[in-house]
Amino acid sequence: MACAEAWRGDGEIVASPIGTIPMIAVRLAASTFEPDLLYTDGDALLLQEPIRVGASPDEPRRPEAWLPFGKFFDVVWSGKRHVMMGATQIDRFGNQNIACIGPWARPKAMLLGVRGGPGNTLNHPTSYWVPNHSTRALVEKVDCVSGVGWDRVPKGAERFHEIRRVVSNLAVMDFETPQHSMRLRSVHPGVTVDEVVEATGFDLVVPADVPDSRLPTDEELRLIRDVIDPDDLRSTEVTG
Amino acid sequence: MADKRLSEADVVSELRNGMTVGFGGWGSRRKPMSIVKEILRSDLRDLTLVAYGGPEVGMLCAAGKVKKVVYGFVSLDTIPLEPHFRAARQNGTIEAMELDEGMLQWGLRAAAYRLPFLPCRAGPGSSVMENTPELRTVTSPYDDGEELVAMPALHLDVALCHANRADARGNAQYLGVDWYFDDWFCMAAERAFVSAEKVVATDDFWAEGTPETVKIPRMHVTGVVEAPGGARFTSNPPDYQRDEQLQKQYATTPWDEFADEWLNS
Repeated sequence: MACAEAWRGDGEIVASPIGTIPMIAVRLAASTFEPDLLYTDGDALLLQEPIRVGASPDEPRRPEAWLPFGKFFDVVWSGKRHVMMGATQIDRFGNQNIACIGPWARPKAMLLGVRGGPGNTLNHPTSYWVPNHSTRALVEKVDCVSGVGWDRVPKGAERFHEIRRVVSNLAVMDFETPQHSMRLRSVHPGVTVDEVVEATGFDLVVPADVPDSRLPTDEELRLIRDVIDPDDLRSTEVTG
Repeated sequence: MADKRLSEADVVSELRNGMTVGFGGWGSRRKPMSIVKEILRSDLRDLTLVAYGGPEVGMLCAAGKVKKVVYGFVSLDTIPLEPHFRAARQNGTIEAMELDEGMLQWGLRAAAYRLPFLPCRAGPGSSVMENTPELRTVTSPYDDGEELVAMPALHLDVALCHANRADARGNAQYLGVDWYFDDWFCMAAERAFVSAEKVVATDDFWAEGTPETVKIPRMHVTGVVEAPGGARFTSNPPDYQRDEQLQKQYATTPWDEFADEWLNS
């Protein structure tokens, strides 16, 4: 639910989810409170109505327009997009690493590479989904900067750069502080502030009053269970 | 009128050690696998590969044919991490130029336009600049003063792509929803070879698609290979989807064992 909320107020832009939970979130937001959002089937078609996550390429869908990969970077660079990517590591200013663990020249573990991180973050709003909130994921220093955080924005790109939210399995964070250092925005119901602070590898800004993250309404639950994710792929990414 | 039809072996006989070879397609989608097989059977080595990479990159790394990979990513889509490419990076057996996905396209465009570079916003602030010290930046000469990457042209000796249909003169038709960056790979290359499920008479293109499905006109294409099933196990819709079972077998079997069987299939 907190992932879907990241797109609230975005209006008529392309919402790009990377991963199962963000994909469910976009389809939910577009089906409820953010009806002007555009989103793809994971390939080249923009959809009029959600298909279930995990649908095979042969399943019928209702397109509204066409957005092949060859046009995708045009959209990125036009700025009419808000992406939610994963983050293997993320630091207090929102520098994100999905590239590798250990030194880049010869990684201990080669992951995805920087992929679209460098371009996404300098061109349009970017949010992150962290399925395992821990001191290994929210770290003092990332091993490689894929997505550019608030403290590393090159001159001239400030006008397009915004790291908006970080949603984890425990809480929601934002960067609404004077130095754009990560701040606790809400904790998911049943999670305490201390648990979040404990699981974070740097000093999180914690306001005096931290609300609970919003729970889904009955209608939102129905959409998730019956329409968007009937096969319960969400539980493969997060439990509880 | 040129008849550009040739075989996979003819294409590979045009390649030399140390060449820069670009692959069309995207991840594990529409890769020219029948040509890759022929490269694997050859004694070529020290290749520089340029790709939105999939199994072709992993296989050529596993077979010891690669000196360097220039990539936006290397992935099997449904299996996010390409196992052999990963091993090559972790063992330090290949050089790497890891680019933002958009930077790679910009490099191909610069080569296609015969420009030394194209200004690009992606790169600064990220580790790409530290990991790739040969990248230079330019400052906008206009009032905004923005610092941008001068993304250098990525010149290819050869581009290899796989289409749905082609004609003998080299026009290539794409019947799926996406032709990815195949046109840019062909235009960035000295010579481009396109394999296709079927080589048809030019007039027969229109039985299956409108003129806008012929994404690559023949002046960009050096040779055409008829290769039914030529992208397998990667996908090539509408002709076929990815063979997930075979891909999984590839990803979980030691390379030599898989190669023995696959190269003879």
